[in-house]
Amino acid sequence: MSIHRTLRKIFFTATIALLSGCETVVMSPSGDIAAQQANLLVWATGLMLIIVVPVIFFILLFAWRYRAGNKEAVYEPDWDHSTSLELLIWAAPLAIVIALGALTWVGTHQLDPYRPLDRIAENRPVPEGVETLVVEVVAMDWKWLFFYPEYGIAVVNQLAAPVDRPIQFKITSTTMMNSFFIPALAGQIYAMGGMETQLHAVINEAGSYDGFSANYSGEGFNGMRFKFLGMPEDDFEQWVAKVKADGEVLSRSAYKALAKPSQYNPVQYYNAVEPELYESILNRCVEPGTPCMKDWMSPHEGNHNEPASASTQSEAGHDH
Amino acid sequence: MTEQFDLGKLVFGRLSWDAIPLHDPILIATFAMVVLGGGTLVAALSYYKVWGYLWREWITSIDHKRIGVMYMILGFVMLMRGFSDAILMRVHQAFAFGDSAGFLPPDHYDQIFTAHGVIMIFFVAMPFVVGLMNYIVPLQIGARDVAFPFLNNLSFWMTAAGAGLVMVSLFVGKFAKTGWLAYPPLSGILQSPGVGVDYYIWALQIAGVGTLLSGINLVVTIVKMRAPGMNMMRMPVFVWTSLCANILIVAAFPVLTAVMGMLTLDRYLGMNFFTNDLGGNAMMYVNLIWIWGHPEVYILILPLFGVFSEIVATYSRKRLFGYSSMIYATVVITVLAYMVWLHHFFTMGAGATVNSFFGIATMIISIPTGAKLFNWLFTMYRGRIHFDVPMLWTIGFMITFIIGGMTGVLLAVPPVDFVLHNSLFLIAHFHNVIIGGVVFGTFAAVTYWYPKVTGYRLDPFWGKASFWCWFIGFYLAFMPLYLLGFMGVTRRMSRFDDPSLQIWFQIALGGALLVALGILCFIIQLYVSYKKRDSLRDETGDPWHGRTLEWSTSSPPPQYNFAFTPRVYDIDAWWHMKANGFVRPTDGFMPIHMPKNTAAGIVLAGISAVFGFAMIWHMWLIAGLTFVALLIAIIIHTFNYNREYYIPVEEVEKAEAKFAAKQNEVLV
Amino acid sequence: MENSVAMPVTQPANFEFLVREEEHVANGTLLGFWLYLMSDCLIFAALFATYGVLSQSYAGGPTGADLFDLPLVALNTSFLLVSSITYGFAMLQMQQGKLSGTMLWLAITGVLGVGFLGLELYEFYHLIQQGAGPQTSGFLSAFFALVGTHGLHVVFGILWLVTLMVQLRMYGLTGANRRRLFCLSMFWHFLDVVWIGVFTIVYLMGSMS
Repeated sequence: MSIHRTLRKIFFTATIALLSGCETVVMSPSGDIAAQQANLLVWATGLMLIIVVPVIFFILLFAWRYRAGNKEAVYEPDWDHSTSLELLIWAAPLAIVIALGALTWVGTHQLDPYRPLDRIAENRPVPEGVETLVVEVVAMDWKWLFFYPEYGIAVVNQLAAPVDRPIQFKITSTTMMNSFFIPALAGQIYAMGGMETQLHAVINEAGSYDGFSANYSGEGFNGMRFKFLGMPEDDFEQWVAKVKADGEVLSRSAYKALAKPSQYNPVQYYNAVEPELYESILNRCVEPGTPCMKDWMSPHEGNHNEPASASTQSEAGHDH
Repeated sequence: MTEQFDLGKLVFGRLSWDAIPLHDPILIATFAMVVLGGGTLVAALSYYKVWGYLWREWITSIDHKRIGVMYMILGFVMLMRGFSDAILMRVHQAFAFGDSAGFLPPDHYDQIFTAHGVIMIFFVAMPFVVGLMNYIVPLQIGARDVAFPFLNNLSFWMTAAGAGLVMVSLFVGKFAKTGWLAYPPLSGILQSPGVGVDYYIWALQIAGVGTLLSGINLVVTIVKMRAPGMNMMRMPVFVWTSLCANILIVAAFPVLTAVMGMLTLDRYLGMNFFTNDLGGNAMMYVNLIWIWGHPEVYILILPLFGVFSEIVATYSRKRLFGYSSMIYATVVITVLAYMVWLHHFFTMGAGATVNSFFGIATMIISIPTGAKLFNWLFTMYRGRIHFDVPMLWTIGFMITFIIGGMTGVLLAVPPVDFVLHNSLFLIAHFHNVIIGGVVFGTFAAVTYWYPKVTGYRLDPFWGKASFWCWFIGFYLAFMPLYLLGFMGVTRRMSRFDDPSLQIWFQIALGGALLVALGILCFIIQLYVSYKKRDSLRDETGDPWHGRTLEWSTSSPPPQYNFAFTPRVYDIDAWWHMKANGFVRPTDGFMPIHMPKNTAAGIVLAGISAVFGFAMIWHMWLIAGLTFVALLIAIIIHTFNYNREYYIPVEEVEKAEAKFAAKQNEVLV
Repeated sequence: MENSVAMPVTQPANFEFLVREEEHVANGTLLGFWLYLMSDCLIFAALFATYGVLSQSYAGGPTGADLFDLPLVALNTSFLLVSSITYGFAMLQMQQGKLSGTMLWLAITGVLGVGFLGLELYEFYHLIQQGAGPQTSGFLSAFFALVGTHGLHVVFGILWLVTLMVQLRMYGLTGANRRRLFCLSMFWHFLDVVWIGVFTIVYLMGSMS
């Protein structure tokens, strides 16, 4: 008796805790990509609960009904085989997996971080003439540096974007493997030295959201956090203007000072950026005299596995 | 070279008195306790003059039963260490909010989470699993020992040597601060120039040799040494799952050896396998390490699946449902285990098609796994279930594992993984399956086979107490973590700004403390059972009405296991023997051919440990000397051709006489 | 004690449940060694895979075409391949029970193995002198690791061969020693097969870059 009741109590408590997950950032995000991902999560969970809930029920039921003390229950000690049951046992999960698999295939292609957006929200395709905002992201020790090539500015530990405008992040790292993650916006993707990954996303609601590294990268990992500000288009222009007004110059030497290991960096604005600085960070030739990785590739090598060149990385193996 | 030749440097490398963490009160206190506890133990052993006994009967023993018990003891001791790390983390995280930075500086905290993972996987779970397989498999197949008893002894001591190195890192130098898989570039020489990652590498390489040899040993044992009549489809399910797990060991551990070797070359000789510059590729490390890492978790769980099969059948007093389908499911899982590794890094940017392939392959594994669960369910159906402690653990496992499996399949959907990867949701998932599967399974197995090993059962009251503490404690400790994952909390953080998260960490701490209570109950259970052993005595060798051959031996079994090798005609060989008039013979014994003890195992492992320590601290002279010593010791050992002896008939008669009478009483 | 199990009574209970005669348990050494060899094969597989990934990562430094001395490697390879043949002769002598014949061919195998190693060490030395050491690039790290690991295995093989020759001299062609000769045989041929992979994938294909 006590086993049954206790387990039931636990099950209900768990359900309640799970339901409170509905208000969390993953389940109630503010960006379309994240919203689609949350949707996929709900569908996948639902599909699995079709099996999981009955099975847990039957575990408890059988444990109760066939306990040794219950002499009324049928006892068949040598019954160990049933073809029809076996078929069911293999077929039912297979059916669920086929459904899940289809969902996975479609969803994974749809939500490929490398794939440019074709919608900014449900039933809202990307409007004509809207230009993607390009942000170049560099994970450093232990802070984030964001370049806005369109505006010629750069910011440390703060990111802003206009609402409903597609964003293309191009991401790299100076040293350790990090992971660029803004849960309210979209899924994460690794930031790696000498390589460029990409993430396409859009923010649908104005607000201030947490962004951070989701891959442990050493001593200053705790402090690798920033705020992502989604704001209306006009406010965004104002923000850019503010950066231009308050910022310093991100020269090569200023960058090198910045690149020294530091933690919990305050927000810093730069209103001018050394030309090709991001390119040289990506190709690991910030130091004058160092050869750039993209120059290492001899003409006949179009090898997409080569991590050096920024443009090939985005095409290697990715379906659009 | 303008420097003078520095003998001190050559001998001591970078080892100096600074390596001892005198500034850290927690470590000083731990060291004091270890010295006190260890010293007391050594003094007691000397006082009771048991060193000779320990050396002859345990340290140099090649008896798979002794070695199995030593593995379990090693696993349990390391569980204490790994669990202490867990409690430290839970306490720290429950308080590290806002202004409070918690009581552990990041430098220390980062070592703790790394050590916790390394210890739990390599030095707790693996020894438990290998120990169980070692003890039980030869008995279940009707053999007298494993195929290579000397290698078995060596395997144990190499594993212990690896564990020893990790423990030494507490007091001499530091451990790695990279997470349990030590991804480069963080684990490369530029970012981690200290000794921590080197401790990690050498502990794993040394223990890895032991594990690989053990894998080969058990595969050959199962393939070659089964009792006559026991064809493959008559083997107990535990033996099947052990076979598959050991095949995975042989197939996976070499990859770990290779990738650790390459990391070593990067760190020691400045090569460029995984560096950012000069053509290295850190993604290669991630791929290789997970090509090892995913089969590793199946190595851990498959034998425990076998344990559950044994236990469900025994305590439901019923044949296992769907024996053949269990076997096929196990084999399918084994093969698929090798084809899903990329699901550990969907977020590394492999592209949608590759990600989908691996995600779908991962989901496919859930089909045979589910089939096994259903088969256990239908074994219970129309059985007569006795809720002895092992059965409680099994039911607890079934419920817990299915939840963990579900969250795993969820993570196998790449876009979902993109928002949950490396979050506390992930942590909750793998603890869910490892605790629900491996830990619950180990406790079930230990309780189930304890009477066979020691001759008396474990006290049921404390066993039930331990189970409930673990079961409830586990949910309290990890369900909040699922929620925190949804709230965007990532792993390996030692400081938080958002106070609304704190309550969940505090609940998790409560759960961890309950689990600690569960461990305490287990320790009490061991003590109480020992005191009450006469009333818990297993006289018949078969306290649970077992179905497989180990229950045909006395408790504990004699050194040689079987005076006569059994002949097998059916699945559940012992059940078949009992049902068909088996009578234990009381005469006609012959001398039994057995392998001799050996000191070579502990000697080689000891030299290896010193070699590892020397490499870690760049003590090149000692490293060179110990390496040569290792080679010489191995060569000397190969000159020992005289490794066997015969147990005389009189000894066999004596051992058999008493037990045969007892068993025949019951068989009638 | 429960007695609720239905007894399957279809045949008289006259099963021979125990083996009462002196029994001979099968020896698992060769299977075990073969399994070890397969695990070793996996180490090489991981090194090959790494080499495959890093084979073009020259980091602006020298390529295979720049570095590889194919005639030298051809000589090297022939030493190793011939040594496999000579080991085969040793095994034939062993099967005929001829100790001195076995020892002779083992010695020749050893000499060829040492020759292989010597040439390989010379090649490595030459590469390092040229500034193409393993630290130079990912490609060269992978090259040295793969070829070097193979060479290390040959070193251990030769050590084993010498030890076994001493043991043969001391104890003759006993059962245990024959098993050891079989194991070393498998090891030696395995190294040969790996070398063919190395020669093809590293040297031949690398020279075409």
